[in-house]
Amino acid sequence: MSQYVLRRLMIAVPSLLGISVVLFVVLALAPGDPFSELATNPNVPPEVQAALRAKFGLDDPIYLRYLHWLNAMLHGDWGFSFVSRMNVDTLILQRLPATLYVIGSAQILALLIAIPVGVYAATKPYSLFDQIANTLAFIGFSLPTFFTGLLFILIFSVTLDWLPFVYTTDIKGTGIRWVLEMIRQAIMPVAVLGLFQAASMTRFVRSAMLDVIRLDYVTTARAKGLGQAKVIVKHVMRNAMIPVVTLIALQMPAVFGGAIVTEQIFRIPGIGSLLISSILSNDTPVVMAVTFVFACLVVLFNLIADVLYGWLDPRISLR
Amino acid sequence: MLDKELRSMIGDVKGGRMDRRAFIQRLAAVGLTAPLANQILALGGVAMAEGAQTYKPTKRGGGGALKLLWWQGPTLLNPHFATGTKDQDGSRLFYEPLACWDPDGNMKLVLAAETPSVQNGLLAADGTSVTWKLKPGVKWHDGKPFSADDVVFTWEYTKDPATATVTAGTYRDLKVEKIDDLTVKITFPQPTPFWADAFVGAGAGQILPKHMFADYIGSKSRDAPANLSPVGTGPYKFVEFKPGDLIRGVINPDYHMANRPHFDSIEMKGGGDAVSAARAVIQTGEYDFGWNIQVEDDVLLRLEKGGKGRTIYAVGGDTEFIALNFTDPNTEVDGERSSMKTKHPLFSDPAVRKALSMLVDRDSIKKAIYGRAGRTTANFLNGPEKFVSKNTTWEFSIEKASKLLDDAGWKPGADGIREKDGKKLKLLYQTSINGPRQKTQAIVKQACQKAGIDVELKSVVASVFFSSDVANPDTYPKFYADLEMFQIPLSQPDPAQHMRRYHSRYIAAKENKWQGTNFPRWVNKDYDAAIDAADKEMDPVKRVAFYVKCNDLLWQDTVFIPAMHRLKVEAAANTLRPVISGWANETDNIFDWYREE
Repeated sequence: MSQYVLRRLMIAVPSLLGISVVLFVVLALAPGDPFSELATNPNVPPEVQAALRAKFGLDDPIYLRYLHWLNAMLHGDWGFSFVSRMNVDTLILQRLPATLYVIGSAQILALLIAIPVGVYAATKPYSLFDQIANTLAFIGFSLPTFFTGLLFILIFSVTLDWLPFVYTTDIKGTGIRWVLEMIRQAIMPVAVLGLFQAASMTRFVRSAMLDVIRLDYVTTARAKGLGQAKVIVKHVMRNAMIPVVTLIALQMPAVFGGAIVTEQIFRIPGIGSLLISSILSNDTPVVMAVTFVFACLVVLFNLIADVLYGWLDPRISLR
Repeated sequence: MLDKELRSMIGDVKGGRMDRRAFIQRLAAVGLTAPLANQILALGGVAMAEGAQTYKPTKRGGGGALKLLWWQGPTLLNPHFATGTKDQDGSRLFYEPLACWDPDGNMKLVLAAETPSVQNGLLAADGTSVTWKLKPGVKWHDGKPFSADDVVFTWEYTKDPATATVTAGTYRDLKVEKIDDLTVKITFPQPTPFWADAFVGAGAGQILPKHMFADYIGSKSRDAPANLSPVGTGPYKFVEFKPGDLIRGVINPDYHMANRPHFDSIEMKGGGDAVSAARAVIQTGEYDFGWNIQVEDDVLLRLEKGGKGRTIYAVGGDTEFIALNFTDPNTEVDGERSSMKTKHPLFSDPAVRKALSMLVDRDSIKKAIYGRAGRTTANFLNGPEKFVSKNTTWEFSIEKASKLLDDAGWKPGADGIREKDGKKLKLLYQTSINGPRQKTQAIVKQACQKAGIDVELKSVVASVFFSSDVANPDTYPKFYADLEMFQIPLSQPDPAQHMRRYHSRYIAAKENKWQGTNFPRWVNKDYDAAIDAADKEMDPVKRVAFYVKCNDLLWQDTVFIPAMHRLKVEAAANTLRPVISGWANETDNIFDWYREE
């Protein structure tokens, strides 16, 4: 087992290197530069712009810039944002809590809806409940989040005036008031993301359950005279959840990566909005760091998913 | 004539026979009101007026929290590293300049005690130096006294190439010296009619504390902790900063202006987009003020119906223009297109340029796109008011344009497109990607089609179009197209910087890595002469005449077709009384903002 993990980690190194080369080259070849807004500012003479480009090394050849970046990354230096003139790691750490809170809650909400609904629908396939659940799931994952987000804002903020649609990180008040405010402002983004996730996950849980529920050992369990609840929870779910767990593990990087669209709509200062604003302002060090960290997380959680597989299902052996 | 009249009027004001208001009204009557009217008086020997006082509160604080929404949040808080106005806006909450501009373009004193003028001896009559008296008793937020050393230091800091400031252009040619603790003298290398650039306004003028930055000058500049936690002299003290997301400040109880500021705390939230920012201010009232609300007028009017806020407009000198290329973008000479060695095959005929200017339907552009946020104009230079030419006209007429082209020998071919000597009237029209710009393109294209001109539209991502990337062919200075449209903000109430760009000395070309500012590559000896003369001219009236002449030359030669004189649009809560100037950053007058009960 430990040998397996070690080997996987060794394989991860070259693949991460490859990812970083591709990312870096694509970003370096992308047109535009971080000082474009200065170009139309008559106060900034072109020579000053050229000096800035030189100072931030934008005129060096790509391979040199890549080696600089790699060397710095190996020393734990994530780079220096052109636009904020601060270290990229501080910038990312500042954005992480909001993303973890909102996207994490959305994932939990999705699970809380998807598992019971999916399981119940699978126990009574093609019943009225199953039909309704299916229809809703289809509608759910067909509607893009930017649409539902705007719809929620129009209904709950503008028309009903119940919820704020601008997410604030510095809520005034302490104790219980602070907690309540935090929950109140997260309701809409969490609902938008959570319902979207829940829709596709419900379908997944349902089909995983249906696969297992027809197997012989389930019939045996029933024949032994076990109650329906016990059969479903102890016998069916345990096995049906194996692919679901993998799916959740693979979703975990997204919890750290943020949700670009939703964060933008609700002004949540998360990783997703940092990424999009950095891309728009051509702040390559930040884009590079965020995407690379994301790549690392994907590799890591893939490994975790594989390990979990072996633990959940002893028939699978890892070598 | 005007010259003489003005001179005698200045004499009247000096002698107390005419009051300042009457003087400005008289100037308005001859088409000369505005921002620099007061600089005329300053140079004519009368002290410059303090901007009008609109501030009502009679005590400091008590206004609660002021919530600002900047849909592009500031990403850093050192004004001299600002990559856009958003960063200057954020820094300006804490740092201050010596003076700023009020909505009429008058100078308003901030850290200075007296407005320089020839009369009080602070301004040299030949325009080669200006002396600033500083307000006594001003303290930085950490309690250290503010003095001339800080002003001199700001100059040293910004002009150092290793510090890599974006304001180096303002400071590198000056000399700043300390006369005593509360006096600094700025010496210019040549007569400088517009002396109020350094240390004035939020753009380049914000003064840094020496004791916080002295150890971080030059290449160490990026390590300064104060880059992210400013210690200023401003109305609000710094509390917290999250780049791109949030700035928080609290009232500065020791602020140097009486009864100010009105608000107990301030918050600037970033992110999102302009439309939802307008919604949050005007419709739901979650925020008090929304910055740069460039949203279609229809949408704003709808939001304003029974809303909690309104839109406000500030007039400056920003002109959205269509520039014509005077060189050939399709022929490559020595590795560059649009080379000075070529002539534009179609635009070398003045009739084509003239016809084109008649095909830009400015009324429709205003009606369909800009609404209250735009004014139609024939001029390239639209402010300050006294520099605006009254000699120009514009009209939209497809018939006249067609006739003009007919007369010049451009006859429609079999495909309906006009041609002459085998050259077809086919144009490439580029701009940056931006809703209003694409709509303007469509309006112009439609009219051109009717007149037998084929226009191909091209839109480039803004970060490419405005970049200084030498390798990219789609940047505006390269101008590898026949027409291009954008705007260059007029960031101070003076046209010198703005008009100097089109001197033939500054042509954008391969040899200067396209860093030249004259991108239409237009050459006119009269224009060059007028610019050179204006740069040295200390007589304000003659100076106005030179710039009016420059504008008229641009108009006669149809170098630019002005599509719209654009106003600043902001959203504010109904009770908020913000002070917004078209000549300054939105937060430049933040100390005068208050809320009506």
